[in-house]
Amino acid sequence: MKTQIENMTGHEASRRIFLKGSAALMGGLVIGFYLPLKSGRAYAADAPPKPVYPPNAFIRIAADDSITIVVNKSEMGQGVYTSLPMLIAEELEADWSRIVVESAPVAAVYNHTGMPMQLTGGSTSIATSWEQMRRVGANARVMLIRAAAEQWGVPESECHAENSRVIHASSGKHSSYGALADAAAKQQMPDNVVLKSPADFKIIGKATKRLDTPAKINGTAQFGIDVYLPGMLTVLIARSPVFGGKVKKYDATEALKIAGVQGVYQVPTGIAVAASGFWPARTARDLLEIEWDEGPGAALSTPQMIAEYLALAQQPGAVARKDGDTEQGLKAAHKLVRAEYELPYLAHAAMEPLNVAVDLQPGHCSIWTGTQAQTMDRAMAAKTAGLKPEQVEIHTTFLGGGFGRRANPRSDFVIEAVQAALVSGRPIKVVWTREDDMRGGNYRPMWADRIEAGISKDGKPLLWKHTIVGQSIVADTPFEGFMVHNGIDITSVEGASTLPYVIPNLQVDLHSPKNAVPVQWWRSVGHSHTAFVVETMIDELAHLAGRDPVAYRLAHLPAASRYRGVLQLAAQEAGWGKKKLPAKHAYGAAVHKSFDSYVAEIAEVSLENGKIRVHRVVAAVDCGMVINPDGVRQQLESAVAYGLSAALHGAITLENGQVVQSNFHDYAPLRFSEMPRIEVHIVASSEPPSGIGEPGTPPIAPAVANAVFTLTGKRLRRLPFDRETLV
Amino acid sequence: MISLTINGKTTRVDADPGTPLLWVLRDHLQLTGTKYGCGIAQCGACTVHLDGRAVRSCVTPVSMASGKHVTTIEGLAETALGKTVQSAWQEVDVPQCGYCQSGQIMAATALLKENPHPSESQISAAMDGILCRCGTYNRIRAAIQQAAEHQIIAESKGGAK
Repeated sequence: MKTQIENMTGHEASRRIFLKGSAALMGGLVIGFYLPLKSGRAYAADAPPKPVYPPNAFIRIAADDSITIVVNKSEMGQGVYTSLPMLIAEELEADWSRIVVESAPVAAVYNHTGMPMQLTGGSTSIATSWEQMRRVGANARVMLIRAAAEQWGVPESECHAENSRVIHASSGKHSSYGALADAAAKQQMPDNVVLKSPADFKIIGKATKRLDTPAKINGTAQFGIDVYLPGMLTVLIARSPVFGGKVKKYDATEALKIAGVQGVYQVPTGIAVAASGFWPARTARDLLEIEWDEGPGAALSTPQMIAEYLALAQQPGAVARKDGDTEQGLKAAHKLVRAEYELPYLAHAAMEPLNVAVDLQPGHCSIWTGTQAQTMDRAMAAKTAGLKPEQVEIHTTFLGGGFGRRANPRSDFVIEAVQAALVSGRPIKVVWTREDDMRGGNYRPMWADRIEAGISKDGKPLLWKHTIVGQSIVADTPFEGFMVHNGIDITSVEGASTLPYVIPNLQVDLHSPKNAVPVQWWRSVGHSHTAFVVETMIDELAHLAGRDPVAYRLAHLPAASRYRGVLQLAAQEAGWGKKKLPAKHAYGAAVHKSFDSYVAEIAEVSLENGKIRVHRVVAAVDCGMVINPDGVRQQLESAVAYGLSAALHGAITLENGQVVQSNFHDYAPLRFSEMPRIEVHIVASSEPPSGIGEPGTPPIAPAVANAVFTLTGKRLRRLPFDRETLV
Repeated sequence: MISLTINGKTTRVDADPGTPLLWVLRDHLQLTGTKYGCGIAQCGACTVHLDGRAVRSCVTPVSMASGKHVTTIEGLAETALGKTVQSAWQEVDVPQCGYCQSGQIMAATALLKENPHPSESQISAAMDGILCRCGTYNRIRAAIQQAAEHQIIAESKGGAK
């Protein structure tokens, strides 16, 4: 893939990328590729002219006054089926009680505002739809008002809209949106509608119940795994136990004897068993005899990989950031600390295992799946089936958790399902067992880090030399061309190269070794790793300097930084340094920015029989203007639980190329009894809205580790924590 | 053929007696509210009621359900308690991705049936087997407590049975 990068300015360049060139992924369709990782406001300043979004692509008003809002983002729990309609309904002056949500098909009009594809990820949905969706709603409102004014023969300016009605106050005339819808659709779309001032918001900013809750509590919500087509077979695939392995030979004699089995086929990823249902397919799959050519992946074992990574961490790498001179800093430092960190591969382990239903007909392919990446998946499905993208339909179901796994940059699960459909000749649903999902790779990368840091005589941070070792997520994917430059995958160093503390001699180096284990974004991506390293090390420096860790952070954060606001708010609400905690309980703090949002977390921790017990987490968040405060609270609660699962228990390890863990007994998510109380405090802000699905995850592991240090004097530098013996 | 009584309706299915109830519900009867999560009784997404008691349908052979009353999430609202639990879930706005919620609600309802006023630790013990990757546990606790309170109010008014 050849790319030409423009508009690169200094350190923030990686965050302001505008590419012209060919994205292999999209064939010849793509001429520009723009990835707005900055906030909505910055995007607006940098962006090419805005495309026009006709309201009818997003809004359908029926004669009975019900309003269907077509949502172009995937609902995976983060609340977009509520928050995006809130944006439209606000400007539309809609009756919220009559809103119905529908998932968008794949079409250019539903693309992400920052890239030529439908994609839900990077905590970007609100930030990048915030203006677009309000504009869609406002355009529709103006068209409804015009239609009414025309019917009544009154000036448009004398009419206003309220609660799904247009009203002409002086005459008392009024009409419902349902009655006006047809006439409104014939109106010209306004050119430059004026959006409401935040002071006039009636829906935005109000705690609002999720629109998808009723379906999710009565069993009617349809997830991908719930799709049943007439004549459909369930397909389970036996995949190589080693990443990159291939089938050498197989014998399906016994498998084919199982009642309900319709066929056994070789597909590129392994051997597919097609049966009348999951159970016969699974029973038969267990009876397959397969000889694998395991390939070089069989040489991989975790202890040896970590040793290699730590050796690499001693070597200079590609420089991601360089301020001052770390050699000078080393000489001048009054006190020094050197530390090594180990972070494991992590599976996303969404509650709904991966699955894809495919109905492949001559010249047409219908796919039902919970995907975060419709356009990429469609392109790859079409290529696999020998069709044009427009001959492939993707029906986006609810996602039983995504956490990044369902936005695979190689479209792995969709391609494989189409391959299985090609050989089975019937509508199929490929279902991954929990074990398949757990062992299927596409993990958060394993990381090893080394830091050498020092303080001056007066305790100020003077030196920070950080070397990061881990696989690039985007290497060898269509994203490589615009997310890697000068050897730096921005997702490998985000949060480390962008650390906020004022340190005169600072360098961040990166090594990106390659191996057979496929890796992928996992809730908060690089921040899931870098926040742990940075926020535990800054805590070490505070102790080295004999200072309070929160005061030390505040002393070395830039004056106007939004980090300060969340850290101060969390400290205040937690009673940091003031509140008397129960005996043998301690607080630990961390603050981190990701996806343009700032989160501080203070964890109250104790040890129970050598095990870490997190009792309470006080979180403060600054995500700019808030659409749904209860949605923000939900996401903080969720992000903390997700991060704590990984911090306490999460590890995928390899032995002779095979994944050791298989299911929830040995890859243990946080359980009910381990869940801390979580208090969420939101910083009032008039900044444009920024991400909320992910930013709560990074601070929890370092906050807990810092509390454990206070309790035990032991620094936790290896994840997960349950591998350590604590007393 | 195996005869089953599901949500009050008797039905016959042609399945191997060893097939887990989960897959009979889903693949044979398209009662898809009951979810597959792990297949080894580790996550509880498949929780249904067998004669009112919570069981893991992923490890319950369908033959064991024969002659008993099976209740799934689709039939839960037919009881006053089921309705109360669902409305508490709605009130607290518990679900996020929602995939585990059928199992959570079935487990919570079975708990409240057995113990109408559970303590925090009893709630924790009863719900510890039902995983949620979105971390909705605190809201689940709040919803169970709220449903228990509603039960008390309903009882004092003589409403719920």
